[in-house]
Amino acid sequence: MAGSGAIQMRDSDEVVLRVESLVMEFPAGRNQVVHAVSDVSFDVCRGETLGIVGESGCGKSTTARALVQLPRPTSGTVTLDPGTDGQVELTGIEGEALRSVRPRVQMIFQDPISSLNPRRRVRDIIGEGLTIWQDQHPDVDVDARVDEVLRAVGLDPVVAASRRPHEFSGGQCQRISIARALAIDPEILICDEPVSALDVSVQAQVLNILEEMKERFGLTLVFISHDLTVVRNVSDRVVVMYLGKVCEIGNSDSLFSEPAHPYTRVLLASAPEPSTVVDASEAAIGDEVPSPINPPSGCRFRTRCPRVTELCASAEPVMREMGPDHFVACHLPGPA
Amino acid sequence: MATPLLSVTDLQVGFATERGLLRAVDGVSFDLAEGQTLGIVGESGSGKSVTAKTLMNLLPSYARVEGSVMFDGRDVRAMAAERERHFWGVEMTMVFQDPMTSLNPVKKVGEQIAESLRVHLKRSRREARDDAGDLLQQVGVPESKKRLTQYPHELSGGLRQRVVIAMALACSPRLLIADEPTTALDVTVQKHILDLLDELREERGMAMILITHDLGVVKGRADQIMVMYAGRTMEQADTATLFSEMRHPYTEALLETIPRVDMASHSRLVPIPGSPPDAVDLGQGCPFAERCRYCSASCLIDQPSLEQHRQGHACACHAPVGTDAGAAAHAANHETGVTPAGLDMGTFATAVGEKT
Repeated sequence: MAGSGAIQMRDSDEVVLRVESLVMEFPAGRNQVVHAVSDVSFDVCRGETLGIVGESGCGKSTTARALVQLPRPTSGTVTLDPGTDGQVELTGIEGEALRSVRPRVQMIFQDPISSLNPRRRVRDIIGEGLTIWQDQHPDVDVDARVDEVLRAVGLDPVVAASRRPHEFSGGQCQRISIARALAIDPEILICDEPVSALDVSVQAQVLNILEEMKERFGLTLVFISHDLTVVRNVSDRVVVMYLGKVCEIGNSDSLFSEPAHPYTRVLLASAPEPSTVVDASEAAIGDEVPSPINPPSGCRFRTRCPRVTELCASAEPVMREMGPDHFVACHLPGPA
Repeated sequence: MATPLLSVTDLQVGFATERGLLRAVDGVSFDLAEGQTLGIVGESGSGKSVTAKTLMNLLPSYARVEGSVMFDGRDVRAMAAERERHFWGVEMTMVFQDPMTSLNPVKKVGEQIAESLRVHLKRSRREARDDAGDLLQQVGVPESKKRLTQYPHELSGGLRQRVVIAMALACSPRLLIADEPTTALDVTVQKHILDLLDELREERGMAMILITHDLGVVKGRADQIMVMYAGRTMEQADTATLFSEMRHPYTEALLETIPRVDMASHSRLVPIPGSPPDAVDLGQGCPFAERCRYCSASCLIDQPSLEQHRQGHACACHAPVGTDAGAAAHAANHETGVTPAGLDMGTFATAVGEKT
């Protein structure tokens, strides 16, 4: 579970977001440190959807927040448009410079109700970003833009704009969150568990809207979820994380048809309707995730791994190539 | 079937609201035999949790309950009226969705498990503590002796849910109701908890009611499935029949809306359009009519009753999936492009079996 190594990085002009050796640590008192994200590297190409999947506590949300510098990562770099003239290193700028780049990367959160201010009307919630954005884009008509994004997510502006969040269902609130994120025309949309709090029937509505918006507004998505089936549905490329490290990264088709990391295989076998490429018995692992304060030596997954050997405790596995655009950090990868 | 352990007949639960009576559960009936599992499936607000709470006598006093609930020949509602407190928590117990809120945060885990043993089975403090340790071991908690003296916040979500299950099993219940027991847990833990419940049911020969919004969860685990919508039973059958010959359009829609691992990336999902109806004002037709692609004119005015079209398979629909009536209604809606309820058929353009 190393994630050390950068063999998975692509050298393409199409890369819009590059994350290198991202480390996020939090103090935990008594001189202890929570290693939430440790040396994670990945990149996202224009128009692509990158899925990040893992259990609670694996660092997927922390990674997402580090991308928008909320808070700033302990070390590592996050770069927009790397290798072009417009290259911006988010980790290297602050203050007004960072603020002026923020509209390019927007975020939607898991709980649609708590992420909307209950006292404000929908029009003001969506328009707030625009009124700030106006400094740079004086010709934008705020009301017209709010109407446009509301219509885009399938809400009627006449009915919806003057209401407050409590008058909407969870699915509708999530649409409002999406509209708010889209209002200032971002390039990258980071979705942190956007459908986990929704009912199954509404989940499909929201996923379909995200796909539509992606096409219509030319978005690049980073999609975080603990649900493999959802990630499978939306992603072009998938990152599997465990305890702050990347286990496996690759294009969606080969990762799901030939999962190489034992942890990915466990996840696939644990789904309510398990994937056919893994054996149901592969789900049998202990359910205790070790503490990120004292992560295991070597491979972080070794305490729960069915294939563990002595090597796993002493050496941290380095990313290696399993096939075209399919990389894994494991000493003993491949089918069981 | 011999006399069932639990027999619910025409259960109705209503709540008075300012706008009128909210029918949370409307005419639900089922039988459950010893050692069997019933899966109750539906969206939020479909009445599945209210059904469970009615059985557990956990509804607020202002709830209006009608119908009969018989447990092994005893009238459960009469026992509720007589405050027969040695029934719930002993013969019938429940596991809730969120393990953190169902545990007392300021009491040690061991004491919480021991409490029901001491109250209901009159065990001494020491006996109860030893039994609590054994129970924790049975539900697969490692280092169970040490855990007894820990507080809930020291345990992970999966362990907490195991503690809650241990509490529910303490008095060897004959019926265990699990209300979304794994929704708050990670996938890897989810499977373990569901498998554990299944093993315990088998070992102890208890009956189980498993409530979930995910048909996939009950597929391999329940003997019978009841699909609920707007407080009513839409379809009821044994598991194999339900999946092989599903008849209700709502059941079909529920299955289609869930993404599967074996689907290709970016395959468009088939959402269930609209949102669940207002339970205060259900109107006179089928509650699902407005979201249904098999909707016909009669669905809007005439509420279909739950009918058994063959032994053990009941469905409340005028035009069930896989019948001539269903095919005709569907074809007619396709022809006009809108259903009688005003739903654009284009919403389903990508649905399985939907030809444009």
